[in-house]
Amino acid sequence: MEVSSAEAALSVSASSIRITDVTQDGDVLTFAIASQKLNSSAGVCVFRIYEDFDWLQQSLFSQENLPGLQGIIFPPLPSKALPSQSNTQTKALKQLGFLALGQDWQSYCKALEFYLQQVAAHPTLCKCKALDSFLINSESPGKQRGRKGIFNRLSQAVEEMRKESHKDVDNFFQNERNKNTNLAALSKVATEKLLDVVMTEQKLALACGHFATSLHLCVNQDDAAAVAFSKVCLKLSDVIEAVNRNFEKVASNDLSTLGLGLDLESRYQEAEKVWECVLMIACKLIELETVKKGTEKAKASKREVMEAFQKAVEKEFNLISSVAKQEIERFHSSRVNVLKNFLIGWCELQLNTAKEFAELYSQHLEACRNMYSE
Amino acid sequence: VCACVRESVCERERESVCECVREGVLFLSQSPEAACLSAEDISPSSNGPRDDDPDDLFAEATEEVSLDSPERQPILSDGPSPAITPVTPVMISPRVDDEDEEENRDTFDIQISVSDPEKVGDGMNAYMVYKVTTKTSLSIFSRDEVCVKRRFSDFLGLYSKLASKYMHMGYIVPPAPEKSIVGMTKVKVGKEDLSSVEFVEKRRSALERYLLRTVKHPALLKDPDVLQFLESSELPRAVSTQALSGAGILRMVNKAADAVNKMTIKMNESDAWFEEKQQQFENLDVQLRKLHASVESLVCHRKELSVNTASFAKSAAMLGNSEDHTALSRALSQLAEVEEKIDQLHQDQSYADFYLISELLGDYVRLITAVKGVFDQRMKAWAKWQDAQVMLQRKREAEAKLQYANKPDKLQQATDEIREWEGKVQQGERDFEQISKNIRREVGRFEKDRVKDFRVVIIKYLESLVHTQQQLIKYWEAFLPEAKAIA
Repeated sequence: MEVSSAEAALSVSASSIRITDVTQDGDVLTFAIASQKLNSSAGVCVFRIYEDFDWLQQSLFSQENLPGLQGIIFPPLPSKALPSQSNTQTKALKQLGFLALGQDWQSYCKALEFYLQQVAAHPTLCKCKALDSFLINSESPGKQRGRKGIFNRLSQAVEEMRKESHKDVDNFFQNERNKNTNLAALSKVATEKLLDVVMTEQKLALACGHFATSLHLCVNQDDAAAVAFSKVCLKLSDVIEAVNRNFEKVASNDLSTLGLGLDLESRYQEAEKVWECVLMIACKLIELETVKKGTEKAKASKREVMEAFQKAVEKEFNLISSVAKQEIERFHSSRVNVLKNFLIGWCELQLNTAKEFAELYSQHLEACRNMYSE
Repeated sequence: VCACVRESVCERERESVCECVREGVLFLSQSPEAACLSAEDISPSSNGPRDDDPDDLFAEATEEVSLDSPERQPILSDGPSPAITPVTPVMISPRVDDEDEEENRDTFDIQISVSDPEKVGDGMNAYMVYKVTTKTSLSIFSRDEVCVKRRFSDFLGLYSKLASKYMHMGYIVPPAPEKSIVGMTKVKVGKEDLSSVEFVEKRRSALERYLLRTVKHPALLKDPDVLQFLESSELPRAVSTQALSGAGILRMVNKAADAVNKMTIKMNESDAWFEEKQQQFENLDVQLRKLHASVESLVCHRKELSVNTASFAKSAAMLGNSEDHTALSRALSQLAEVEEKIDQLHQDQSYADFYLISELLGDYVRLITAVKGVFDQRMKAWAKWQDAQVMLQRKREAEAKLQYANKPDKLQQATDEIREWEGKVQQGERDFEQISKNIRREVGRFEKDRVKDFRVVIIKYLESLVHTQQQLIKYWEAFLPEAKAIA
């Protein structure tokens, strides 16, 4: 979804963005981000740390002069990973869920990559200069931490709003809000349950590995009988080792597709929640402003000024509303598409794994039948 | 004279039953003369034809050891229940040599199944009854197909009889399955939950394997107790089941062996084969226990996976129900169904893990205990032979002394005793050689069977793995179009 308008557009192709490498130095992870320049065969590669991503997200939130900004559903940025030694796997799992699993931060990188692609594919957000700068400047975006976006300014208010129950702006949003609350909870649960499944698959793989190793210890060449028994034990060991690899594959498949997909879905639902609050707050602010102005203007009793103001407020309100509605449509079609791709990917991977191991086990079976019929 | 381990060990020679018997030590080989008798001489306290032969050298021994005789009652009722079935001093003369064995293998045609567990009675007196079906063309059986009903204690009774008859000759008698107070209590109390069902199935399978292993042994297959167990519609109840667990009996046997280990004269092994084999079995014991523990962990995790998969399936179903987008909702519901089916596969596979591999290893851990017991019996036989030699020496010395005293009748007695002990020494040597020979043969058979058993299990396990994967392929192939159909 490249944008080719007159305005400042992104100079790289959204779908080409990849995180190609990650290195760890103590506590700090450095990501290598590659992308393809539009209308050119040139590629770009930059190095970023998590704080740079955070800067990007803040920049997106705090864009000025962007009409209807409050209506946008911002792609969710994964939490910061804390790779230090003292961080045990349980801590990492609590913090990052699925993204903590997988070797060498693969899942985490995939999630960050996805984030960048989503931002770059968003019709409004892709125009943000910060994004272009993030993707192509060899120097890191700098330590500009001063500017706080909407989110930060209102973060406390967001929490307050969520606790209270407010009359919603529109019936449309009311409906959306209910669905969202429900889906957010359910997808979180589904993600957690799948995580349990993947952890158990990994435990099973490990147990198989131990068992296969123990079988090796039974090897004994003392006499003919011992040799015969040893051969049988080694054969069983091979079979169990195959089962071990089978589980590792299955777990990895779950992780890289469905796990990632559900995690993303879950975080998107949360992002939508945030969006709703932001929307409500924006509308509330407009309300308050109207009341304030109204009180002031009432003294001056300049009716035309009042009316003009009223129109301006309504216009702003309608703009936010229409952006919000568009965002919701976009959001839904996007998430359906994303889930579809993950489900297909997951199914195909698992199908291939099942075929691979059906073949392997059949070979073992054939070999055993031939050997033992002698 | 107390007919337990050795004369000199028993401190209370005046009493007809010594400490050892009261504590329930399974008495095995009694008098040396016993070895000469053929299969038909059976003591009155066991099944089978009675033999009131006045020359029955067993009469004395039987009387002393039989736990049923009235003088014994007061002693036995005090202590811990020593109720072992009356010891049958039956010696089946080892007519089963290698040729016979080969012949048996070729014509080994017997199928046994244990099925249809049924609960009989109520409350704490309830018990399970199993149907034992034997199909065979062997001539020692009276019919082609027999069905009988047996309860768990009947199996234990059979094992105890076989152990008492054959272990001291060096035969490896397959042990009966373990008792389980917890398991049985649940069943008695009437809980129809999954764990009681699993327990009964586990026991049924173990009983079946036990019988199959028993009849695989050429000597045991012909044993009258085994035949009666498989064919008789009525079976006399086992005396008392408290001490009758397979492990219980083996423990008692090994207690006797421990007494042997405390012997003053250490056995000098002239035959390196026995020493090597014993060491091998020690090592194997350790390894098998490790393997068994390893597999149990596997079984446990597999069950956990099944639980987690079912849980995930539910959450996916709920997600599907709440989803507005029709095709996505449908796909999510299908996903939930696939996961439910996979859960079932996990359960089936976990049964395979357990019944094929885990139980095989468990059975062999128990079998190794029986094998070790048999080696200990050989040491006992050696000890008995040595003791007879010592005794003979003493008697000779006593006679020599009496030569110089003027007591003709005592001298006669001494001479008689010398002859008696010369006989015992010869018998001791013969017994020792016989048991050594038997053990060599038994170990050879055990090792062959071991390889066979493991091979069979590997093949069955691979078959289950292949089946699971093929099912998975079916499920994924069915799901793929659903995922692709999401618009």
